[in-house]
Amino acid sequence: MKLLFNIGRYFILLKRVFGKPEKFSVYYKQILYEIDSLGIGSLGLIAIISVFMGGVITIQSAYNFTSPFIPLYAVGLGTRESIVLEFSPTIVSLILAGKVGSNIASEIGTMRISEQIDALEIMGINSAGYLILPKIVAAMFINPFLIVISMFLGILGGYLMGVASGACSSYEYIFGIQSFFVPFNIYYSITKTIVFAFIITSVAAYQGYYTSGGALEVGKASTRSVVYNSILILIANLVITQLMLVG
Amino acid sequence: MIEVKNVHKAFGDRMVLNDISFVFETGKTNLVIGESGSGKTTMLKIMVGLHNPDQGDVLYDGRSFTSSSEKEKQEVRKEIGMLFQGGALFDSLTLEQNVAFPLDMFTDMSKSEKEDRVNFCLKKVNLEGRNKLFPSELSGGMKKRAALARAISNEPKYLFCDEPNSGLDPRTSLVIDALIKQVTEDLGITTVVITHDMNSVMEIGENIMFLYKGNMWWQGSKKEILTTDNQEILDFVYASEFLKQLKPRK
Ligand SMILES: Nc1ncnc2c1ncn2[C@@H]1O[C@H](COP(=O)(O)OP(=O)(O)O)[C@@H](O)[C@H]1O
Ligand SMILES: [Mg+2]
Repeated sequence: MKLLFNIGRYFILLKRVFGKPEKFSVYYKQILYEIDSLGIGSLGLIAIISVFMGGVITIQSAYNFTSPFIPLYAVGLGTRESIVLEFSPTIVSLILAGKVGSNIASEIGTMRISEQIDALEIMGINSAGYLILPKIVAAMFINPFLIVISMFLGILGGYLMGVASGACSSYEYIFGIQSFFVPFNIYYSITKTIVFAFIITSVAAYQGYYTSGGALEVGKASTRSVVYNSILILIANLVITQLMLVG
Repeated sequence: MIEVKNVHKAFGDRMVLNDISFVFETGKTNLVIGESGSGKTTMLKIMVGLHNPDQGDVLYDGRSFTSSSEKEKQEVRKEIGMLFQGGALFDSLTLEQNVAFPLDMFTDMSKSEKEDRVNFCLKKVNLEGRNKLFPSELSGGMKKRAALARAISNEPKYLFCDEPNSGLDPRTSLVIDALIKQVTEDLGITTVVITHDMNSVMEIGENIMFLYKGNMWWQGSKKEILTTDNQEILDFVYASEFLKQLKPRK
């Protein structure tokens, strides 16, 4: 029952989020602000994680490909595919669900309990649209760039650490990452990223928007947003993969 | 003029407002007083549409508000300024951005017009020159004053204040009371102030409504409140021993 109630209320909130904006110029400014705060603000974290994960994937692949029938350039190929198909879009989105999602939930939750949302409503502003729409639009726009940067840094990290650790040679790795490239995989990853961006921002905003009580509840809303986001991202990942790669 | 007509409100099976009717007059500071928990905030939230009443209506200069559509409500709300109990300033905006917010949203003023208006409002609440501060850098009294500046920046026709001087020292309270009264008279607007502070009642109470356990118990002016023999009012007004000694004898 509670689940149905939340799903219903989530979609009612979404309907308000996509209502007609009061003034487009104000929304435009908010979107730019959110792109900076949600997107550019996450760049450092994503860069560090991507380089290290790329390195580990390369070393693990080399460790596993010991059969003489598998050519060594498969290490580069395998690293590229892991990063492009799964690591960058899904794992990075999960990390963003933690960082950006909890941030959104606590920001909006705090605005709710300190009556800032009421203040917006009283002024005659659609608070759901004003607060949430710019975040959704900003994340759906900027996250694909973050993911592409993550792919690049992951593959670079694989190269640096793979060569440094002697897991494979520079020539084999570079040959590997250029082999059997399927452009469709990039579309698939970007599609996933955009869907995940929508889930992260809208679910986190929902949790924050319906906070009631005090600081304790804001903390709980923030935790809930991370939990639900993680589960929903994994489910969406499965569905999109089935639809795009198999179906 | 704002008319409240036969408003009922219950939360669950708890009756909070029971058949309230009242007329809030234009150009006056109208007070809603009563003990804590008597339903004052609920009444205010119903008037501005943050809660829906179970029964009854609120009329803004004859325009029915409660039963109107969300769009019509938004139109009326553009004429409303509200000072929340905790200020409710936007944390991510500076003082001047907070005050300019209603102007950004609802007017086509040029940058310099907005600047002038913001500085005018900040001056009115004695916060001139503090434009660039964030709400977290303000004291409680300054927050309330800043919130008042935001509430009046877009020249509202109706001003609501929920306990504008709770938690403030007596001097700052007086400043805020005086400001509210002055703004009301200058702009000729309909002001509704919730308070449980007898000082405010005596300072600015022109048209007073006394709520008692969710009922509209008494109404009158600040002169009348001192001489009434309604027992619940007397208990409220002369709550302290000190005030009891000041009670006029008939
Ligand atoms: N959202 C709500 N849900 C349930 N009960 C509420 C809610 N808001 C207020 N109440 C109850 O209504 C009564 C009146 O509250 P309120 O209007 O805030 O009083 P006041 O502002 O006069 O102190 C209180 O008993 C309070 O517990
Ligand atoms: Mg109250």
